Amino acid sequence: MAKPGLDGHDRGAKVVAQALKDAGMEVIYSGLHRTIDEILRIAIQEDVDVIGLSIMSGAHLPITEKLIQKAREQGIDDKMVIVGGVIPTKDIEKLQRMGVKGVFPGGVPFKQIVEFLKTNVPAVELDSE
Amino acid sequence: MGLAKYTKDDKDRISRVEYPSGIEVKTVYGPEDLERVGFSYEKDLADPGTYPFTRGIHREGYRSRAWTMRQYSGFGTAAETNERFKFLISHGSTGLNVAFDLPTQMGYDSDDPMSAGEVGRVGMAIDSLRDFEIAFEGIDLATIGASLTVNAVASIILAMYQAMAEKHGYSPNVISATPQNDILKEMIGRGAWIFPVEPAVNLIGDTIEHSITTMPKTNPVSISGYHIRESGATSAQEMAYAILIANAYIENVLKRGYDIDQFVGRFSFNFNIFGNLWETVAKYRAGRKLWARNLKEKYGVKKQQNMFMRGMFGGGGSGLTKEEPENNIVRGAYYGLAAALSGAQTTGLCSYDEAYTIPTTHAALLSLRTLQLLMEEVGLRDTVDPLAGSYFIETITKEMESKIEEEMEKIEKVGGIIVAVSTGYAQRTVARQAYEFEKGIQSGDLHKVGVNIYTGEAPMEVELHEYNDALAQKQIENLHAVKRERNDQEVMHTLSQLEHGVRNGKNVMPYLVDCCMAYATLGEMTRVFREMFGKFSEPPIF
Repeated sequence: MAKPGLDGHDRGAKVVAQALKDAGMEVIYSGLHRTIDEILRIAIQEDVDVIGLSIMSGAHLPITEKLIQKAREQGIDDKMVIVGGVIPTKDIEKLQRMGVKGVFPGGVPFKQIVEFLKTNVPAVELDSE
Repeated sequence: MGLAKYTKDDKDRISRVEYPSGIEVKTVYGPEDLERVGFSYEKDLADPGTYPFTRGIHREGYRSRAWTMRQYSGFGTAAETNERFKFLISHGSTGLNVAFDLPTQMGYDSDDPMSAGEVGRVGMAIDSLRDFEIAFEGIDLATIGASLTVNAVASIILAMYQAMAEKHGYSPNVISATPQNDILKEMIGRGAWIFPVEPAVNLIGDTIEHSITTMPKTNPVSISGYHIRESGATSAQEMAYAILIANAYIENVLKRGYDIDQFVGRFSFNFNIFGNLWETVAKYRAGRKLWARNLKEKYGVKKQQNMFMRGMFGGGGSGLTKEEPENNIVRGAYYGLAAALSGAQTTGLCSYDEAYTIPTTHAALLSLRTLQLLMEEVGLRDTVDPLAGSYFIETITKEMESKIEEEMEKIEKVGGIIVAVSTGYAQRTVARQAYEFEKGIQSGDLHKVGVNIYTGEAPMEVELHEYNDALAQKQIENLHAVKRERNDQEVMHTLSQLEHGVRNGKNVMPYLVDCCMAYATLGEMTRVFREMFGKFSEPPIF
């Protein structure tokens, strides 16, 4: 669960992180003000299956584009990218076309995110069923 | 957030009501409740303007003057922001609440790689004194005060404001700026921190000291319970943590040898309003009393007017919804009502489209009109603290007092607010509560109109304030122009003096003013601090 860029609003990221943890997943929280490079480094170091970007400042399109491009360059685009935060409806398709597999604007039920990950990420084995 | 927990039977009869702060609410209140809580008019209330100020800090309240209305505004370049300022002032706004973009708040110039995609997005971009000169052009700084919503680099921005005012011919002792300047709350729940706790708190001490010596009309801090509440705190915690944070700053200044009566009167507060009306009013009435008592008994403050809890009460972002955004207009009206019933000196409302983006002109104007209506038509200026004497309100105000004190004790038990923030205790507390609240909404235990009850309206098309990429480019060009035109030698000199000042434990403010006058950039000045202080180490969330 990553907070890229300068945005300091982390309530949503922390709330979803707790929900995913309660659903049995291992969650690494990146902390605030991370650069794309730092996020990718953590993703590699921790060998994550999913990179979640939480962006509340409106800068989701340029940030996501940059991350996906760099992930591709580093050969780690097998890691799924999902995005949440303040995401206008009209931008969801744009994010998906960039390669984002799931977009979860604020307010999406935890169940939906958990189900999505269970269905789409083979490594996710949930023990709290 | 801020919603009472209702236990209902299948006929929708409410059998139990509990406020998030832990207060249980009876069906009916009467004189026996006042007796039960040991209510005494003289000890618990007193008249407005008299210690402990429960009823209000001013004897005449809004009879003497209406509240100050500040709508948070700023975006793009200083020139655009100047336009929005003038628009709001011409429509009756009596103060400014300046929004800065994230690069500015985080001490980066617009051309820094870290600023990409963020220049002018959530507020205006400030790179140097030139931008400030443009932003405040044509604004009468002697009559219009400016709240500057900046924290980690508040010292720099305040110095820049002073430099700008002096350049426009105003003396530093007539201008009124209120930098938010509350770093501990950033670490709990707004996230715009840079430096570690100790040097960050020292910078705040420097600005407070500067307000004593040089800018006496400035309110050097706006202690913000607001964002702590936005992060998941209850009303009791919001007030408790704010008082403890204020005390931490007080102690930094006392260590410098000042008398508390020299500065604490310029402290201001910034608190939140959303959710339950009654709990909100109780919070403010109890808060005023506790703050006054804290100052009198713990710190020996002598002058009555230095014990005022002067505040911006408003907001409140987390009460608003994406769904059915027009409902937010109505919520805003009720939050405004709560602010008036709570005796706010200054207020402002989040606009109805704020769940989507920064407010459009139309939405910002509606917020302003909402507040004007309360003062002009609905009768909120008629009398001071109209709810006083209510069996219900006086009982829950007393109970709220106990709840706030309980929360303060919990923090003292873990070693005080600085320890609570450095170790992450405060952050984990509010984050856990935020999660519990979200679960309550998703399960339907807590009701949110338009979200999980009375839903079904087709999504509304909200006119969005669009981010203008071209403006970011323009800002960068302007920055480069300033760098070409300024005297580099002078800049280098003032920056090295700043570093020298930091190394020798001097108050940074005069050095910063010199840097600003030489058109050193925000990024250049912040870099000196970064090199000297390092970075805050964020504690773990689990």
